[in-house]
Amino acid sequence: MNNETGIAIKKKQQRNKLIETGTIIALVIIFAVILPAVIPAFRLRLIGRFLSLAIVALGIDLIWGYTGLLSLGHGIFFALGGYALAMHLNLQLPEGQLPEFFTLYGVEELPWVWQPFYSFPLTILALIIIPGIVAGLIGYLVFRNRIKGVYFSILTQAALLVFFNFFNGQQEIINGTNGLKTDTERIFGVLVSSPGVQRAFYIVTVISLILIYLLCRWLTSGRFGRLLKAIRDDETRVRFSGYDPTGYKVLVFAISGAIAGIAGALYTVQTGIITPSIMQVAFSIEMVIWVAVGGRGTLIGAIIGTMLVRLAQTFLSESFPEIWLFFQGALFLIVVTVLPDGIVGWWTSYGWHKSRSLLGLQPKLATYPSLVEDPELQQERETIAKK
Amino acid sequence: MSTLIEGLFNGISIGSVLLIAALGLAIVFGLMGVINLAHGELMMLGAYATFVVQNVFKPLGEPWFSFYIIAAIPVAFIVSAIFGLILERGAIRFLYGRPLETLLATWGVSLILQQFVRSVNWLLIICLGIFCLLFFGGMQLLKSRADWESMRTKIVSLLLPLAAGVAIAFYFLLSQNSALTNAWFSARNVDVTAPAWLRGGVEVLGFQMPYARLFIIALTILCLMGVYWFLQRSAWGLRIRSVTQNRTMSSCLGIPTAKVDALTFALGSGLAGIAGCAVSLLGSVGPNTGQNYIIDTFMVVVVGGVGNLLGAVIAALGIGILNYLIGSGTLALFLTTISAPQSMIDFFLFFATSSMAKVMVFALIIIFLQIKPAGLFPQKGRTAEL
Repeated sequence: MNNETGIAIKKKQQRNKLIETGTIIALVIIFAVILPAVIPAFRLRLIGRFLSLAIVALGIDLIWGYTGLLSLGHGIFFALGGYALAMHLNLQLPEGQLPEFFTLYGVEELPWVWQPFYSFPLTILALIIIPGIVAGLIGYLVFRNRIKGVYFSILTQAALLVFFNFFNGQQEIINGTNGLKTDTERIFGVLVSSPGVQRAFYIVTVISLILIYLLCRWLTSGRFGRLLKAIRDDETRVRFSGYDPTGYKVLVFAISGAIAGIAGALYTVQTGIITPSIMQVAFSIEMVIWVAVGGRGTLIGAIIGTMLVRLAQTFLSESFPEIWLFFQGALFLIVVTVLPDGIVGWWTSYGWHKSRSLLGLQPKLATYPSLVEDPELQQERETIAKK
Repeated sequence: MSTLIEGLFNGISIGSVLLIAALGLAIVFGLMGVINLAHGELMMLGAYATFVVQNVFKPLGEPWFSFYIIAAIPVAFIVSAIFGLILERGAIRFLYGRPLETLLATWGVSLILQQFVRSVNWLLIICLGIFCLLFFGGMQLLKSRADWESMRTKIVSLLLPLAAGVAIAFYFLLSQNSALTNAWFSARNVDVTAPAWLRGGVEVLGFQMPYARLFIIALTILCLMGVYWFLQRSAWGLRIRSVTQNRTMSSCLGIPTAKVDALTFALGSGLAGIAGCAVSLLGSVGPNTGQNYIIDTFMVVVVGGVGNLLGAVIAALGIGILNYLIGSGTLALFLTTISAPQSMIDFFLFFATSSMAKVMVFALIIIFLQIKPAGLFPQKGRTAEL
């Protein structure tokens, strides 16, 4: 490579970076400043919920899209995060008083699991760390034995069912099936369901989404990201190259669990209640399909997919509740068979160039666009022509 | 003594339900490495088929009605097998070698089947028929054209919306006719009443054994023997086993692997149908019936190891017996009689409900997998994996 092409490549990279920063800033302004002013509070809360679900989709993309581990149990971590915050909100009571539901089961003393949630900083820490540790533990016990593929998926699904049963059965500790309400509770002395607090939560959701997106970006772009992709593509070979994939897989699964925990907390306060039904098998598989629709292995795809599918769900199940399940089932089938790379994958590999050439902006290419546009290859072609 | 027998019997009976449900799954998973999340829904279809057969036999009067369950078993088998065959030909065969995608696709199918039994009516069937006639009939007609291969995508993209459009138009045209739009089953659960000779039970050592449970155990043993005979003694069974062991080599030796796949999948689905027939004797049947069994049956396959019937049998019975012993509190009771330390008794009492028992059994399965990660009887072979 000579100097000129080097500069050309660098310039292209810089331009791409500028475009990306610009897009992110524009999106932040639209979502955090313009939308709250335009949309009614009810719809805003809905979008806030979708955005917090997009966070969990990012976590799933990290382990499925990049590392090839299909987890069907992310509801566990989602619920753990949600419960952590809900417990803190339920403890905002006068000194010596217990949350109301405890009296129903004749519990006199606060169970020890509730004690740390009196403090706000500890709660924030817990809603990230507890799901992360649980994910890490499950991951360690499974990956240590080189259990992978569908076995891993099935085990995570079983773990999900186990947690669901556990939370349902423990009335005396966390109110069983009825779950914990957050709407009627107070945070810093203000009612959680009041418009001001809800808007604050919305903004926090947008900011967390951006931060977690950047975190995932950073994780997947460097050496660590390359290793994750290598594990996805050929784990045996990674091992033969002298790496131990177990540690990396556990780490990335734990990070993904922690991300789901944050998402769960934000989702809970914008829904108003958390019950064990959040850990239903169907919901956790739905999370996977959001990523699949958007395009796995592309972080932006996870966000786009979540928003699209949830919007479609809201619209369809409001007007035709019967069709929704048919539609969802068909979505699974179509995405898997026809559109394995999702919307974003299709767009970058096919749609973008197709639409450009249809508009006449780009000459028809006989070969792969990347081959024609790559400055390095172009220079090579020129040198050959000179000879 | 009586408690022990009771625990054992109940455990075996839970285990036999698990086993009959897991049998088809184990075969399909062993052969193709495909996780079929729609397996529970195929069971549900079998249960609904039983319900339909019962309603057909009802007007025939008493001597016939008593034996409807015997007729229901093959009907359930055939219905589920046909649905399984459609599923394999229509979706799964495009996804071999991509097990995670297959898992998602079959989940989609399971959602569709759940909604299908909720809203199935004559109109839906007619419109489906019209769609199939137009689309597949058109494809067949055009297949004889010389330039079929090059035109294929264009024809499909033209024919698909056309056929769908006609079918949907028909749907809206006829949707005023209430005789056609009455749902067959509705979203509520339906009840299958066991025939008279399956009600009640036999008393052994002061303990009541229900006939329905005994019937399920017998049915499970029969299915097991049938599957064993088919796999070990018949020509197609030999082919199935050889494809399970080495797909590429079998294909080189002239075994039609695509046919073997379709046959195996149909067989596995049919077994799910029989399982559904058995399950319908235990309680009411609803669109969500299948969901209750799916994860437990997967656990059986995971613990039992791939491609081994004996593993599935031991795993199912083990999980069933453990589930019952822990869930019913028998274990805690037993510990009290031998005066075990109080903390241990409290520990087991904590898990002594049926849902908490699942928590404990899952923990035990995870511990078991630390010792034998590939199940009870792992497949032997030279491979860099594992």
